[in-house]
Amino acid sequence: MTYKGKAFKFGDNIDTDAIIPARYLNTSNYTELAAHCMEDADSEFIKKVSKGDIIVGGENFGCGSSREHAPIAIKHAGVSCVIATSFARIFFRNSINMGLPLFESREASKAIESGDEVEVNPDTGEIKNISKNESYKAKPLPEFIQGIIDAGGLLAWAKKEGK
Amino acid sequence: MGATISEKILAEHSGKDNLSPGEIILADVDFAFGNDITAPIAIEEFRKAGFKEVFDREKVTVIPDHFTPNKDIKSAGQCKFMREFAQEQKLENYFEVGRVGIEHVLLPEQGLVRPGMVVVGADSHTCTYGALGAFATGVGSTDLAAAMALGKLWFKVPESQKFSFEGKLQEHVSGKDLILYTIGEIGVSGSLYKAMEFTGPTISELSMDSRFSMSNMAIEAGGKAGLIEPDSKTEAFVKQATDKLFKIFKSDSDAEYCESFDYDASKIEPQVSFPHLPENTKPVSEVGYVPIDQSVIGSCTNGRMEDLKEAASIMKGKQVASGVRCIILPGTQKIHKECMNSGIAQIFVEAGAVFSTPTCGPCLGGHMGVLAEGEKAISTTNRNFVGRMGSPKSEVYLSNPAVAAASAIAGKIVHPEEVVE
Ligand code: SF4
Repeated sequence: MTYKGKAFKFGDNIDTDAIIPARYLNTSNYTELAAHCMEDADSEFIKKVSKGDIIVGGENFGCGSSREHAPIAIKHAGVSCVIATSFARIFFRNSINMGLPLFESREASKAIESGDEVEVNPDTGEIKNISKNESYKAKPLPEFIQGIIDAGGLLAWAKKEGK
Repeated sequence: MGATISEKILAEHSGKDNLSPGEIILADVDFAFGNDITAPIAIEEFRKAGFKEVFDREKVTVIPDHFTPNKDIKSAGQCKFMREFAQEQKLENYFEVGRVGIEHVLLPEQGLVRPGMVVVGADSHTCTYGALGAFATGVGSTDLAAAMALGKLWFKVPESQKFSFEGKLQEHVSGKDLILYTIGEIGVSGSLYKAMEFTGPTISELSMDSRFSMSNMAIEAGGKAGLIEPDSKTEAFVKQATDKLFKIFKSDSDAEYCESFDYDASKIEPQVSFPHLPENTKPVSEVGYVPIDQSVIGSCTNGRMEDLKEAASIMKGKQVASGVRCIILPGTQKIHKECMNSGIAQIFVEAGAVFSTPTCGPCLGGHMGVLAEGEKAISTTNRNFVGRMGSPKSEVYLSNPAVAAASAIAGKIVHPEEVVE
């Protein structure tokens, strides 16, 4: 399986308040959260994004609060994966735990521009930029973390552990 | 090779003799909690996965502090859902509105988090308890669900960075300024994935309240934890809170740090962090003319007794500038009471400020002081991201309580000296 879609490029330090502003956190309804995805970074984002599209960030993507509403909003807005130079650690954990794939690649984060058609192979970590006819490499995930993903997320994994 | 305090605590909690950075471990969790934003999702996930009971009724809690007293029907629903879970699970340490406080002020005050513990909270400022020499870190709701069920969670052992401070602090400078200064130096991703350790003679001199402010903002540098080695002050603080046992860990002198920083604390002025990132710091003398519409004093960073005393000493007998709203939020009910009994609440109210019950409120643009388009606030909170306190077109400047109080009086950002003569 690969993730394929149009890239939406953002800068460094995209914080969780930009991804899902706190004023919408009085709900945990996934559809309602998704409707405000990236609102304070690009208020038009939710109108432009289609299923499978890919968010590309710079350094420290997802910094700020621990709100799981951030990866939830991104995932339920239809985004297939996020590529960035680096991720804030709580955002990283949350995304893995809930099955939003993340890829760290400085090269890809630099080269990809908004609107580029991008395809990611999670097994090899290869990121193809179809529009530019380029290809970049993402860091593979540690084995333990891959195990959580393979189990179907943290809770499915915990269920097995608890036994 | 010696070990750092983080490595020692995590080793003890994962049954290992020693650990090196990068290793992934499964560690026992001594305390796990969430709030009215993050706990509802964790509870849903906990149930969806088929778990019936939390691993320990004393070691798990949920805290209604963000949108409380309930700001609207939806948030009331979130709190109700959480409260019913607390009742169903018979959680021993559930605090209701009227007894509750902001989680990171409340849990140390109640002695529920102590030195040597591994603490996870579904809130990024869980790193606050590093000030007690605990390994405490923020996680998400799914992590919390797993921790509530198993009493265990996976961690990657972080590399540690050492921040040493030497020198006597100037007047009106507190732990908040040391951490804002540090973030200004290393940037908001300067400690990404790392454990920050604050040490040196200046830190030994700091009060516990000031130490909490420092560890609280480790996350604003991207840090996983912000630790301070326990000393006699830490022990005294914990002993007056609880008679429960605790264990003290200290870093070895030959422990390995990936980076070390040495700061001359005597040169650090009160700091102001400009919109829209905590790293945009300037000494207050270089701020220039910034008129303000609102001043907020409180939060898990600066809602403790020392903070409110400092603010009161500046506001005593003075008036909040016309056109400025000054909103003061004590961290817990206990602090609220102490302000009432000591006359501090009176000083605030006489000065024309709002003195609220404990809540996160405006810190996250929730309620009790949301900003309109084009407005500017000075705030003792910890984040000044776009839209953090309300409109995406508003601005938040971060400072310590003395600067925020003085600015409320002056109607613009000023050094406290300009108000107290
Ligand atoms: S006071 Fe602010 S930063 Fe602290 S827990 Fe509440 S919302 Fe979060």
